[in-house]
Amino acid sequence: MEFLHAIFVAPFVDMWTDPFFLAELILVGLSTGVMYSLVALGFVLIFKASGMFNFAQGAMVLFAALTLVGLMEKGAPVWLALIVTMGVMVALSFAVERCMLRYLVNQEGLILFMATIGLNFVLEGAGQLMWGSDVKRLDIGIPDRPMDILDGKILLNTFDVTAAVIGAILVISLAVFFQKTAMGRALRAVADDHQAALSVGIPLKTIWITVWTIAGIVALVAGIVWGSKSGVQFSLALIALKALPVLILGGFTSVPGAIIGGLIIGVGEKVAEGYWGPAFGGAIENWFAYILALAFLVFRPQGLFGEKIIERV
Amino acid sequence: MPEGHTAQHRQVGDVIMKVEDVSLSFGGVRALDNVSFDVREHEILAIIGPNGAGKSSMLNCINGFYHPQEGSIYYKGNRRDTAKTFEAAEEGIARTFQNIALFKGMSTLDNIMTGRNLKMKKHLFWQALYFGPALKEEMEHRAKAEEVIDFLEIEAIRKTPVGRLPYGLQKRVELGRALAAEPDLLLLDEPMAGMNYEEKEDMVRYILDVNDEFGTTIILIEHDMSVVMDISDRVIVLDYGKKLAEGTPDEVKGNQDVIDAYLGVSHD
Ligand SMILES: Nc1ncnc2c1ncn2[C@@H]1O[C@H](COP(=O)(O)OP(=O)(O)OP(=O)(O)O)[C@@H](O)[C@H]1O
Ligand SMILES: [Mg+2]
Repeated sequence: MEFLHAIFVAPFVDMWTDPFFLAELILVGLSTGVMYSLVALGFVLIFKASGMFNFAQGAMVLFAALTLVGLMEKGAPVWLALIVTMGVMVALSFAVERCMLRYLVNQEGLILFMATIGLNFVLEGAGQLMWGSDVKRLDIGIPDRPMDILDGKILLNTFDVTAAVIGAILVISLAVFFQKTAMGRALRAVADDHQAALSVGIPLKTIWITVWTIAGIVALVAGIVWGSKSGVQFSLALIALKALPVLILGGFTSVPGAIIGGLIIGVGEKVAEGYWGPAFGGAIENWFAYILALAFLVFRPQGLFGEKIIERV
Repeated sequence: MPEGHTAQHRQVGDVIMKVEDVSLSFGGVRALDNVSFDVREHEILAIIGPNGAGKSSMLNCINGFYHPQEGSIYYKGNRRDTAKTFEAAEEGIARTFQNIALFKGMSTLDNIMTGRNLKMKKHLFWQALYFGPALKEEMEHRAKAEEVIDFLEIEAIRKTPVGRLPYGLQKRVELGRALAAEPDLLLLDEPMAGMNYEEKEDMVRYILDVNDEFGTTIILIEHDMSVVMDISDRVIVLDYGKKLAEGTPDEVKGNQDVIDAYLGVSHD
């Protein structure tokens, strides 16, 4: 009885009596959600452009963060380390095209997926080989102070807010890039029909390098935000897997789906933790996203924005 | 069907493409068997033949989807049987497909804009942006795309995702995408298949207008004989991958081998 009360009654009473706490949770949730959206966008762009589920996205986050930290440990100033790391991520996308994608044209999805698993190990290995495997502190100078809103009724953190703003800017730029620019149009064309795209003279190679570069930059940003919070360590590669439920929610091929899916999961897990966490003994955050994704798989497998899949018989 | 199109208005010019002894096999199937022919500037050349004769395979070799195992193809003096598809596009070859290959999720306008892809000369870096020189260039190409849309009379569906359009209109949009590239050589794989009489009539008119107004060389695959006889300057007949006949529509019509092939007389 008490348990049921804690699940079905108490949280809603709390929300009603202290709406500022709810607002705070939602804001914090949005700021984490933006990062999920960003990483999910990295997945979606690659999936659309090459039909490839990029298992290595998480490893790319780790690799980017390790490179950045490594350079800073060697004494490079933040701006230089950032530029060089970006350069490394661009070089990585060229390498991926040159050594991997080019040989996998027209292969089945599963084979492409296996190739990205391979890439995953290469990146994890290379990152640790170069920069060692102990946990490293990352601080690129984003201020980390408590921040009062509405006379302290809502408590946020400057770091979260900054990260959210940067993430939001990137997400919006990516959406504009995809929908409005010539390059974005070419990319959508490739996603829609490879052959037709080739016949109008869209070079696949350029498109691939572009999406992998975008995924690399996205990985770098995620690596900085998450790495600053919890230290740069192996588990960074796993946070990226949080994007998986986002993809199930948003649909693998939908740009708006990735954005909104990320926000829903971010907000959902913070609110769930805040109100239902005590009833379950905490740490709901860690599995909430997956439960939500499971529910979606059962009731709406095409995702929020996917077209309804009707099997042709 | 429009009557009596002849080559009078256009000057059929020099040879711009030479196909020499091209052979292509898929496993045991010989899709093309020692096929040779020339294509002359500004002409409308029809390729006809029964199902499975190798017509589409021929177009696929020309624009680099397939690479023939034997023989060679020269286009504007360059060898192109080993070239890649997007290079064909760069050399001014545009095409449509037998099974419409449009970007189904994108609007008519966007589809046609992809045809302008190669005309966008600004550096790729700019293409990724939505301001400055990129925006200006985008607007110029938009104007060009609108011309194509006017030409094909598809203003009403500019913003419609092409996946929702009826078949006949999709074929027209696909032609539009090819035209947007301002090609020198246009490959049309059964542009009228599955169309009703009026739609066919329109399509014939567009094809003739393109040829007349822009001097575009056209290679056309078509099953409707009345259309073929009406609009083509020359006809090539394929059967079981071999070239059976070549000549003006009248010459081909009277050719006994061709009549046999079409009536299904058994091969020895
Ligand atoms: N990619 C391919 N793989 C295997 N066989 C192929 C391939 N493309 C064509 N073929 C075979 O080559 C032969 C010629 O096919 P093609 O499509 O060129 O014929 P077509 O003249 O265009 O016929 P249709 O009028 O039906 O379109 C057929 O036997 C076909 O099965
Ligand atoms: Mg065919």
